[in-house]
Amino acid sequence: MSSPAPVYAADPGDDAYATLLALPGVVRHPGLETAFDVPRDQLLAAMGLLRDAEYQQLMEIAGVDYPSRPERFEVVYCLLSLTKNHRMRLHVSAAEDTPVPSVTGIWPVAGWLEREVYDMYGVLFEGNTDLRRILTDYGFQGHPQRKDFPLSGYVELRYSEEAKRVVYQPVSLAQDFRNFDFMSPWEGADYILPGDEKAQPSPPAPPATPPTATPKTSEDTKDTGAGKPGPEAGPKPANPDVAPGKGQNQ
Amino acid sequence: MSDYLDEIEGKTEGGTPGDTAIANYTINFGPQHPAAHGVLRLVMELDGEIVERLDPHVGLLHRGTEKLIEYKTYLQALPYFDRLDYCSPMCMEHSYVLAIEKLLGLEVPARAQWLRVFFAELTRISNHMLNLGSHVMDVGAMTPNLWLFEIREDCMNFYERASGARMHAAYFRPGGVHQDVPLKLLTDIADWLDNRMPRLFEDAISLVAENRIFKQRNVDIALVSREDALRWGFSGPMIRGSGIPWDIRKAQPYDKYAEVDFDVPVGTRGDCYDRFMVRVEEVRQSARIMKQCLQKMPEGPIASLDRKVVPPKRGEMKHSMEALIHHFKLYTEGFHVPEGEVYVATESPKGEFGVYLVSDGTNKPYRCKIRPTAFSHLQAMDFMSKGHMLADTTAILGALDIVFGECDR
Repeated sequence: MSSPAPVYAADPGDDAYATLLALPGVVRHPGLETAFDVPRDQLLAAMGLLRDAEYQQLMEIAGVDYPSRPERFEVVYCLLSLTKNHRMRLHVSAAEDTPVPSVTGIWPVAGWLEREVYDMYGVLFEGNTDLRRILTDYGFQGHPQRKDFPLSGYVELRYSEEAKRVVYQPVSLAQDFRNFDFMSPWEGADYILPGDEKAQPSPPAPPATPPTATPKTSEDTKDTGAGKPGPEAGPKPANPDVAPGKGQNQ
Repeated sequence: MSDYLDEIEGKTEGGTPGDTAIANYTINFGPQHPAAHGVLRLVMELDGEIVERLDPHVGLLHRGTEKLIEYKTYLQALPYFDRLDYCSPMCMEHSYVLAIEKLLGLEVPARAQWLRVFFAELTRISNHMLNLGSHVMDVGAMTPNLWLFEIREDCMNFYERASGARMHAAYFRPGGVHQDVPLKLLTDIADWLDNRMPRLFEDAISLVAENRIFKQRNVDIALVSREDALRWGFSGPMIRGSGIPWDIRKAQPYDKYAEVDFDVPVGTRGDCYDRFMVRVEEVRQSARIMKQCLQKMPEGPIASLDRKVVPPKRGEMKHSMEALIHHFKLYTEGFHVPEGEVYVATESPKGEFGVYLVSDGTNKPYRCKIRPTAFSHLQAMDFMSKGHMLADTTAILGALDIVFGECDR
């Protein structure tokens, strides 16, 4: 028994796959489900091929933003075959200035789906005659699903009693957005906790500590803070319980 | 005044009515209109009373759900799904928890799967009550809607007794369901399925199913051929109304749908009346599935026992330090989902509701694309209403079964 997710037919593995993989640049996309990476210029050929290979429906076009990649956006097409009872995905990468060919000629449903990807990410679709914004407000600026777009946005809307209409104004938050950092310091966090430097194999020479007048030999009541500290007590160490820089506002 | 009376009676030299050419004009339907089922703005170009072109403007209820989910842990993101299609909340959660479980490769105990099927079907009944009722009200009948809302009220009471909330249940969780249901609830629902629900439902439907006025308003309105239904990405009752027997519960069974017996109703003409009747029959089939769930549901755990995903019981935390640690970790950091991408779609009452989930191995989704059912259906409204009367758009909208929480996200 495995997860109770929808069970559909296994990979048909027929001629359509061989023809698809024979297109230049088409490779299998690694993962749990059937998916292919398709270069932009082969998208229409691959889509036409799959439409004729009984993938009758285009269910979804999803955009994903990977800012670290040279072409930061990925457009994912989810296809469904009713007769083969199979799903597959095609992944196409795009940048802000490289339009993806539109598949509205093959599936008219792609019109709104491409509009949404354009609205949310700013990916352009060449051949879509109606590439307007769809979900955001009339006259909205920016593409909200990009990873560099802040969660709160840049503007907020309020009713202005003076102007007698709703007006946009810059966002002002009563409380800062709190993004908790749950990364465990033992599982590859990239910041250094106090004391971590001691674990370095070749630590830089520690700054010379000023020699104390009387070398400490054992802990008696005078050293542990009971009673008055001696007049010749050394410099107070930094509080070791405070971990500076770990997250914010925690 | 007499000139005007002469003119409308056609006594002036202008001839018979209709001789004067009227230029096409554009009207706004909505955004606030009771028949728009939410905030939908339709820009309609009319030739007299005939719709020439129709441009739906959506997004008035856009709340940035997908963006918010990227900033929440997997469990914190779950309640957002209740607020997508607020008429069928548990079915929205279903796709999401199945997607997480697929990425995790998590097994779910049998009782949890049966409970999910059970409540997904209860949700389907509840959703169809709202849609069928508002559809008949859109075309002029008042009484059936009131009776169907009685059933919907019952469904909400059952929701409350199972999860504590009438609408936003957050009952399905990754790994199972949130809590077990009391036996009395199950017996009450069984009693309801046998007596109250069919009586109210069949009474209400008998008023409209063969009603001449209802048929005049719906038969042959917005015909959609099989080819168009495929090309426009239809799903759910919309594709079945067009005569394609496609049901994800049947074709790609999830949870325990493979073990229940039910029929998939299809339409013959692909008009609004067919879509209505497909939903009517689906309610009866849902009741059938629910009765089978009650027969087959075993005793046992209601969620996975994998303590790295599912939090422990409260009682266990009182005496087990490990359970306390697990609870703390799961409600602060959450669980980490292995890297990968899945597209999981389930048969929500409105059609295929999909979740494309991209995980980068952390405790928050990297991307969660929600595939709403309403998007493709509403897009097809232009060609469906072309050539029909203005008053027919309400019948078409009612048969589409659109909820804007889901369409606009």
